[in-house]
Amino acid sequence: MYAYDEIDRTLINERVSEFRDQVKRRLSGELTEDEFKMLRLMNGVYLQLHAYMFRVAIPYGTLSSAQLRKMAHVARRYDRGYGHFTTRQNIQFNWIKLADLPDALEDLAEVGIHAMQTSGNCTRNVTTDQWAGVAPGEVEDPRIWAELLRQYSTLHPEFSFLPRKFKFAITASDHDRAAIKVHDIGLRIHKNAAGETGFEVLVGGGLGRTPFIGKLIKPFVHGRDILSYVESILRVYNQYGRRDNIYKARIKILVHELGIEKFAAEVEEEWIAMRDTALTLDDEVVEDIRSRFTYPHYKTLSDTPDELKSASADPHFEAWRKNSVAPHKVPGYGIVTLSLKPIGGPPGDATADQMDAIADLAEKYSFGEIRVGHEQNLALPHVAKRDLPALWKALDKIGVATPNVNLVTDIIACPGLDYCSLANTRSIPIAQELTHRFANHDTANLIGRLHINISGCINACGHHHVGHIGILGVEKNGEEYYQITIGGRADEHAVVGTLIGPAVPYAEVADVIEDIVEAYLALRQRPDELFVEAVTRLGVEPFKERVYATR
Amino acid sequence: MPLVKNGRVAADTFAHLADDAEIPVEGAVLIPAVRFLADAAALSQRAAPTGVIWPNNRDLDELVPYLDKLAVVALVFPTFRDGRAYSQARLLRERYKFKGELRATGQVLRDQFVFMLRAGFDAFEVKKQADAEAFLATAKRYTVFYQPTGDGRITALHRRMQLRHSESAS
Repeated sequence: MYAYDEIDRTLINERVSEFRDQVKRRLSGELTEDEFKMLRLMNGVYLQLHAYMFRVAIPYGTLSSAQLRKMAHVARRYDRGYGHFTTRQNIQFNWIKLADLPDALEDLAEVGIHAMQTSGNCTRNVTTDQWAGVAPGEVEDPRIWAELLRQYSTLHPEFSFLPRKFKFAITASDHDRAAIKVHDIGLRIHKNAAGETGFEVLVGGGLGRTPFIGKLIKPFVHGRDILSYVESILRVYNQYGRRDNIYKARIKILVHELGIEKFAAEVEEEWIAMRDTALTLDDEVVEDIRSRFTYPHYKTLSDTPDELKSASADPHFEAWRKNSVAPHKVPGYGIVTLSLKPIGGPPGDATADQMDAIADLAEKYSFGEIRVGHEQNLALPHVAKRDLPALWKALDKIGVATPNVNLVTDIIACPGLDYCSLANTRSIPIAQELTHRFANHDTANLIGRLHINISGCINACGHHHVGHIGILGVEKNGEEYYQITIGGRADEHAVVGTLIGPAVPYAEVADVIEDIVEAYLALRQRPDELFVEAVTRLGVEPFKERVYATR
Repeated sequence: MPLVKNGRVAADTFAHLADDAEIPVEGAVLIPAVRFLADAAALSQRAAPTGVIWPNNRDLDELVPYLDKLAVVALVFPTFRDGRAYSQARLLRERYKFKGELRATGQVLRDQFVFMLRAGFDAFEVKKQADAEAFLATAKRYTVFYQPTGDGRITALHRRMQLRHSESAS
């Protein structure tokens, strides 16, 4: 956990009081809605279909029990008793009143939580691997650098009015769980020959209506130089990014139009002019940030405790353990994913009661720490294996032990037309229907790893481009239609999926997905050939044929 | 449109000239960039204070040779959402060491003041009278700054280092 000090707390409180003043000026009419809009967005407040929506940052996906309880409190006191975890390590509250927002922010500030820059044309919440600091084989904990970038980008005097939003993601593992290749800047931590920490820097990735996989701009930027290098990228983008068309304003378009070589040369020129400035991070500064991340005092425990052996007789427990418990870097411990994808439920939602219960369980079993991942699930990152049976019972009781992590029913979906004023179609009901179709755990297990991502419009908040199966809602003559892509992925082999054919109406989406899955089961070479691997091997044709032959 | 200088509403001693206006021999003037560049050698030698209004999409390289002759560079925010002039301001102050008045013009609203001060602006043509009057209070809104810029305010990272060193010394 990162412990905020007085300096960090002061800034958050100053931001709350500034926002309180902004809301007051809006309510009194001193600010027009147009003037207020950007101010509220920069504090995570959207105007949605039915109400204001409030997006709160969970920097690098790490929460303490006290922080999660405060989220529950906000859900209960100012909203309708639930919150929605997003694909970018944020939580959203959908029914909040403008006049209540300053109070909600003040309550959150008590536990060091804020909504700064969760929207607006500025640097958004810096995200990372939800298993940071506990995944075996990690180069080092990427959250130290995420926190440095969080501080660097917070209320940046030069880059708070960029052409468009700007997103960073960082990973320090070979297996990328942070989707760095579909971010404006993706950072992969690795070591140089001298054993020093640095970053492979990717730029210009992103989804939306023009998806791009991030391009390599520099294979190694030393840790001490990362802020100046990032500042060079942002400065080039701030000056030359397009501002004439909102759909062409992201950095990916600038990189694409200039070409990566030319863009890299511009950045390099800027960097050479300013790299030796106060942005240089000396070791002492990095160590200071590192020292405020605390780690549990792990015990020496068995990897095969008696509790686990006796619980293995219960097939329900075993199904859950095999599905939801991942290896931890410390023997005797595991990383437990809590599925927020119950059969028939909206993906990523948690009630205030669930949040409180999870906060309690984290205190009891996970050193008071909870993680949030981009797949819209939670995780308890430090669970002793001997505690798994007891934890499972408790999680099952509150409905977050569905053994479907990474399976066909572990669906990423945007809020869609149920909430969002940009959406063309509904997303959540499609996800709900699909979870019913594949509700049988044995079937889902037989299918294996399969990511379905659903977006209710071209803005792609549900990351449909990089779903193994992507579902994109479009409007056709006033009706909801859905385009289906297959073969996308968001990991270290990130690729944008391929469209299989004409869009299908709302009522047929689940049938089409079933057809695609059945085709895969018939075509796969062996049970462990994943769906996305089969698509890579076979191309889209056989799937397309299966779907459209009878339609 | 009130002008704020040194934190207070002040009289604007500079006349804003239109693109085609004749440039007077006497008196402080702000000249549009195109007009200035057309005769930069002569205009930068004017005896009276001379400033240039520089658009946010024009490279600063053309202006740099004349900076030490200029009393004012006025940068433009066509809307408050367009943040290009923040980069220009920092470059003028931090890279090109411009010491004259750096003026923010266009849609300049209260909630940009802190960013602008940090980027190096020291004069503000403020859109609304109420915002201009609130300048001093608004400028003091923040006491913590995470980024180093040319304004010299100490960053949070370095303040922590100082605190740490003073603790270990005592």
